[in-house]
Amino acid sequence: MDLHCPILPTDNDTVRLGHGSGGAMTQRLLTDYIQPLFNNTWISQAHDSATLPWNTDRLVFTTDSFVVTPLFFPGGNIGELAVYGTVNDLAMAGAEPKFLSCGLILEEGLPMVTLKRVLQSMAKAAQSTGVMLVTGDTKVVERGKGDGIYINTSGVGQQISQWPIEPGRICRGDVILLSGDIGRHGIAVMASREGLEFESNLTSDCAPLNRAVAELIQAGVEIHCLRDLTRGGLATALVELAESCGKTFSLDESRIPVSEAVEGACEILGLDPLYVANEGRFVAFVPESSSKLATSILRGTVAGSLCEIIGRVGDGDHPQVALKNSLGCDRLLQRLPGEQLPRIC
Amino acid sequence: MKYLQEYRNGDCIRTVAAELEKTSSRPWTLMEICGGQTHAIAKYGLQQLLPPGIQLVHGPGCPVCVTPQEIIDGAITIAAMPDVIFCSYGDMLRVPGSVSDLLQVKAGGGDIRIIYSPLQALHLAEQNPNKQVVFLAIGFETTATANALTLSLAKQKSLHNFSALISQFLVAPAIRSICARKDCQIQGFLAAGHVCAITGYEQYHQLAENYHIPIVITGFEPLDIIEGVLRCIRQLEGGHYRVENQYQRAVTQAGNRTAQSLLKTVFKISAQHWRGIGEIPTSGLILKEEYASFDAARRFNLPTSNRADNRGCLSGEILLGLKKPCDCPHFAQKCHPQQPLGAPMVSSEGACAAYYHYRDQVSVNGSALPNSPNR
Repeated sequence: MDLHCPILPTDNDTVRLGHGSGGAMTQRLLTDYIQPLFNNTWISQAHDSATLPWNTDRLVFTTDSFVVTPLFFPGGNIGELAVYGTVNDLAMAGAEPKFLSCGLILEEGLPMVTLKRVLQSMAKAAQSTGVMLVTGDTKVVERGKGDGIYINTSGVGQQISQWPIEPGRICRGDVILLSGDIGRHGIAVMASREGLEFESNLTSDCAPLNRAVAELIQAGVEIHCLRDLTRGGLATALVELAESCGKTFSLDESRIPVSEAVEGACEILGLDPLYVANEGRFVAFVPESSSKLATSILRGTVAGSLCEIIGRVGDGDHPQVALKNSLGCDRLLQRLPGEQLPRIC
Repeated sequence: MKYLQEYRNGDCIRTVAAELEKTSSRPWTLMEICGGQTHAIAKYGLQQLLPPGIQLVHGPGCPVCVTPQEIIDGAITIAAMPDVIFCSYGDMLRVPGSVSDLLQVKAGGGDIRIIYSPLQALHLAEQNPNKQVVFLAIGFETTATANALTLSLAKQKSLHNFSALISQFLVAPAIRSICARKDCQIQGFLAAGHVCAITGYEQYHQLAENYHIPIVITGFEPLDIIEGVLRCIRQLEGGHYRVENQYQRAVTQAGNRTAQSLLKTVFKISAQHWRGIGEIPTSGLILKEEYASFDAARRFNLPTSNRADNRGCLSGEILLGLKKPCDCPHFAQKCHPQQPLGAPMVSSEGACAAYYHYRDQVSVNGSALPNSPNR
């Protein structure tokens, strides 16, 4: 049979939404377009923040951009996301967030009252996380060329952990902690954007994580790695980490908290909660000896009250994430090819 | 969650699996018809619970997989037009047409909306009287019912800016077509529970009788599927061939009469082209003449030529159970979810995508998992 590829290589000629999904297309954008041009010790760590030498201290530096429709959603808004997102990225490197920059890209015609509400949220979020917004920039694009407001924030912090917290320190036998229930942000935003009416009042999990991380560090928990769960959800974060450290993670599905509202919405929409976005959840890799202490500390914090031990780093040297379900069957988690699309039936 | 967790209970499922192990004395090949069942089998790893000789073949009941390429090409043509709002279920956006897909049209500026119900498309038509709103109406009897309701409302409301690009399939004629093949290797069917909730299963008795094949109407949760397999194997081991209803909480023999009447009001039965398989007589639905003005293919003068499907994709043989995805030389090589050669690699319900996600699966202790599909 004459077998050939009849499909054009489609995902390279234009930017697609899937390039921003956090899945395999995003990964290829990074490896094919960005990393070859900006290759250095710190970018190749592929972590949430770069930890840089700075006199005797270690400076942690990160940046993140925020595009969300609608700008206001149940449980948060783009302003809070823009502060918490960057604060959380710094926290994931074991840093105390110190200073933020803020780049606003505003669309012509945006009501000033909307801008004011977003800025007020940012100010409140900055105050509550103990970070100062010290520099910024504003640009306005023509009507129709933006989506109301886009925000970029960059942040610097000071590393407060004694050891680096990064994927390379993940060890065999490490316990994997998840700070709370998953999928609330993605479902809340989708329900709000698409006008889907669910019976429950589901709200985003949008929240700062720096206090919870600081408490773990101050209590002397030896944290090996942290990662906040954003787009792509728990599954994508863990697959990325497994690939970074070259180890096998085994998860117990029954220990992963999913609220009934999220589970129900995912059933209806044909989505998998493991891949739904979060904005206030993280995973922590700690040695078995620290796991009890870490769990009890996290459960005493606002961000980690529903913390669970969801799995372990296994003996295998295949970079993979195996999920054991309640039937005792294993499923390997994969990166999504692009965006998670609702299924027809 | 009520009515879900009961059917995902590990103890119950393992009990049925143990019973299956005792019941099964030799290899059997069953086909689950519906893509939703295929998805559940992959998601829960159910093949790992079956006795080694029992093979599940993934049938043609994935709407994303069987929608003809010419419909995708037609959708792409319409979606790229100015003043059109094109509405589709999400997973159709990645299905390859002959040179492109709907995601690429969207990236090029086409106004494509992912919707969750055809009524959303109807509302968009009401809100945008100066735009043509087109809905990609694909799927089986399940989606056809909601689509028929939407079209009848469009007619009542005289919504002249609304139309639907129709590619609707009927399941029972496809089962008949599979059974009638000389090379058919399927020995029993798990019929699609949700389709039967609409159609009932009166028409299946004749099929079971004619082809001496057991048919078990089966649900979509892991307990449903493993029980459907057990019931099928019990019949096969006992030399029986009849229709059984495992999915009694949703399906009755007569089905949903209101839905059936709605379907008859809007649609008539026609031959249908199944991607990768070809034409199956009386296996499709097209609009009746009184609804023809809502036919997007007619409104936008789409060509009616039946272009051949992509060569290179073995989807037909895979959907008929003649080959496994890993028999295809392009599987996980040239063809993968990021660049599918054919539709079964697109949808998570597609057999190839399900196999892809389990390829080279290695258990945590380093050994191969039992029944890993490509071993």
